[in-house]
Amino acid sequence: MKITLTVWRQSGPNARGGFETHHVDDVSPDMSFLELFDILNEALIADGKEPIAFDHDCREGICGSCSMMINGRAHGPERGTATCQLHMRKFQDGAHITVEPWRAAAFPIIKDLCVDRTAFDRIIEAGGYISAPTGSAPDGNLILVPKAVSDTAMDAAACIGCGACVAACPNGAAQLFTAAKVQHLNLLPQGQPERWERVVNMVTEMERWFGSCTLHGECEVACPKDISIDFIALMNRDFIKAQFKQRRLTGQHA
Amino acid sequence: MTEFNLDAHIPDGPLAEKWDHHKFSVKLVNPSNRRKFRVIVVGSGLAGASAAATLGELGFEVTMITFHDTPRRAHSIAAQGGINAAKNYRNDGDSIYRLFYDTVKGGDFRSREANVHRLAQVSVNIIDQCVAQGVPFAREYGGLLDNRSFGGAQVSRTFYARGQTGQQLLLGAYQALLRQIHLGTVTLYRRTEMLDVVINDGRAVGVVTRDLITGDVVSHAGHAVVLATGGYGNVFYLSTNAKNSNASAIWRAHRRGALMANPCFTQIHPTCIPASDDFQSKLTLMSESLRNDGRIWVPREFGDQRSPDQIPEGERDYFLERRYPAFGNLVPRDVASRAAKREVDAERGVGPLKNGVYLDLSEAINRLGRDVIEERYGNLIQMYERITGEDPYRVPMRIYPAVHYAMGGLWVDYNLQTTVPGLYALGEANFSDHGANRLGASALMQGLADGYFVLPATIGDYLAPLLGTDPLPTNHQAFLDAEAEVSERVGALLGVNGSHSVDYFHRELGKVLWENCGMARSRETLEKALTEIPTLRDEFHKDVRVLGDGESLNQSLEKAGRVEDFLEFGELLCRDALHREESCGGHFRLEHQTEDGEALRDDEHFAYAAAWEYTGDNARPALHKEPLEFESVHLAQRSYK
Repeated sequence: MKITLTVWRQSGPNARGGFETHHVDDVSPDMSFLELFDILNEALIADGKEPIAFDHDCREGICGSCSMMINGRAHGPERGTATCQLHMRKFQDGAHITVEPWRAAAFPIIKDLCVDRTAFDRIIEAGGYISAPTGSAPDGNLILVPKAVSDTAMDAAACIGCGACVAACPNGAAQLFTAAKVQHLNLLPQGQPERWERVVNMVTEMERWFGSCTLHGECEVACPKDISIDFIALMNRDFIKAQFKQRRLTGQHA
Repeated sequence: MTEFNLDAHIPDGPLAEKWDHHKFSVKLVNPSNRRKFRVIVVGSGLAGASAAATLGELGFEVTMITFHDTPRRAHSIAAQGGINAAKNYRNDGDSIYRLFYDTVKGGDFRSREANVHRLAQVSVNIIDQCVAQGVPFAREYGGLLDNRSFGGAQVSRTFYARGQTGQQLLLGAYQALLRQIHLGTVTLYRRTEMLDVVINDGRAVGVVTRDLITGDVVSHAGHAVVLATGGYGNVFYLSTNAKNSNASAIWRAHRRGALMANPCFTQIHPTCIPASDDFQSKLTLMSESLRNDGRIWVPREFGDQRSPDQIPEGERDYFLERRYPAFGNLVPRDVASRAAKREVDAERGVGPLKNGVYLDLSEAINRLGRDVIEERYGNLIQMYERITGEDPYRVPMRIYPAVHYAMGGLWVDYNLQTTVPGLYALGEANFSDHGANRLGASALMQGLADGYFVLPATIGDYLAPLLGTDPLPTNHQAFLDAEAEVSERVGALLGVNGSHSVDYFHRELGKVLWENCGMARSRETLEKALTEIPTLRDEFHKDVRVLGDGESLNQSLEKAGRVEDFLEFGELLCRDALHREESCGGHFRLEHQTEDGEALRDDEHFAYAAAWEYTGDNARPALHKEPLEFESVHLAQRSYK
């Protein structure tokens, strides 16, 4: 296959960026999209040009590092697939593909296709955990978790934190990520004691960094783990309920 | 050569009581004094994240260093199948002693009994801890925890979260870590790579790091340094490890005096997707858990060209079930890998390159229904489909062994301290628990055992006497010298401006190692590798091309440093493999095998951990031996028949 790539290049966070076009011949349909970039980079190095920086690590769709807008779609044309799992057999011979970094104000560009997703960690720091210091746990089977609850929590917990949901959102909102993280814990019995504080703290932190959700649903389509926007509804429900359930407020002076 | 006292500090007393005795006899730091100690943890995988979170909870001041953009990306995230624990929830005869015994036997009697027993003991606490954190383990309909089986065991003791167990356990540890960051006990340095350990007066006093975005080389001082930086499988270039996994942290520590133990013990995992071409950048694992329901076979006829569904039952050879009836498809990894290699070498391999064997789910799909199989392995099957374009619900998967895990690593004593006082190694970065072969679902167990339970209980023994001392100031000459060395090394890599990329050298090194020191090794192939690697290393120093500068994100530069270290480490790996004149676990020397091709150990001469001392550039490393004493387990030829 012959592929033409138009790629965003930007030398640093404050530098002015622009598109650059490269042609790659001898592309195998069995090659992954990142292996296409490996080959292009080897060719660039041979030509004395700096290779294109892009984040990647596990290359099996679980670490959440890879983050390319491919022809305007986060992680490319195939649903439920991270960039590293996308293979060239999904493209036509002679295709012209445009590749950009994630586009979101909360994810500033570091270089070329690498962005800074620290804002996600800030949301977790605000409450995305169950406070269970090491050593304090009772026997695992003392906590019964109905299978359906456990399965649904796992559906949410499958989030790889890649940021495709934010990149795909016209508002640059992080509702799907935050909802997945909140609901993974809020659904489980172990997550109940901190449930209401958790949702308030995480949503508040989210709103410091990201845009507002208007339920476009683009996030669900872009998610490489097929996480459902139902979780956003569940998070919103918990957020509203939390306004009445902040039990610490009961009996306090105004 | 230095005189080393390779004292593992194994506590006295009966095996089952050693850990409790030890916890009572080690020195402790009282809660109000803990904040006066700073501990540097490098690496944010299961071992590093759990250690940093737990030390933070205890009240220590922790510095966490990771080269990832967030701690959650560490390669533990990719572990699929599960985590072992001796809970005996299945009532199938499991016990702490049985998990201990299976692990020592699975490791082909090359691990340290006391460490393994402790691992089995704390395994039960790990599950409790993870459940409390909200890890969504698979459940029965009654709400109780579910289990499945893994290789090398005849009980079901593996806990799992679909095919994403590593991800869920790491998220648990990561969330605990971020809670501590929020509380201010842990300070996180992201996209920061450790490039040297700083030693002063024979103790580890800090590390030198490079900020991967700005290129700034700075020092971090602490009372102790903990390396939880993973394994060295990527020395083979193609492996199931993530692309950025590397040996630099442990190699730098080795160069500074920490002994490296058993580097030749590398695990080749039997069920990976076979390589498809030269552009292949990594190999993808298909979880061992598939062997619960998948049957492994090849066509009986040599060079059979038919598609698998055209080959009738009678013309298939289920070679694992045939050779090992007692364990069948669930023999340990080293045994399964060698059996697959034997079939492919005998030209019974399948697939376009004839480099695989079938892993067939059809019988299980017929017996249990597609839904059950999808629930158990859905994400693995999807991963396979993405990579190969084939649908495992209809066509058997093709698999072949690939480099997966490093049993070797920095030598540590019972406290997980290396031979450098104040320097600790946890998880895959150390050598202690898996002997010559790791059983499936035991890496997650060991990483979390070390981080949640072992290090937090033992590090006080080193710290307590240091009460009242401050970390060495980072303008101390020891730090300045180390920083200068790091900067000089970075400058040198940028200054070569040769003609070949870093990846070129990495691939070449990988080929040399895989061909000569892979699944089968011999004196001849190892001696060949030992002449080729130094030549390649010289070529690298003269001819590598690293473009760009050191003052901004430069991924070629990062890789160049790691490959430079692999070019040194790979030689030690081969030297260790050459010296070990026996076959055991993942180390298979062609000269040493039984009549039916099984690994033939030599307990009389090699029942020891080989700990290598660095003696200078291009100098021969010095060998030290820690004899392994087996008091509880009877040394025997492993049999899975």
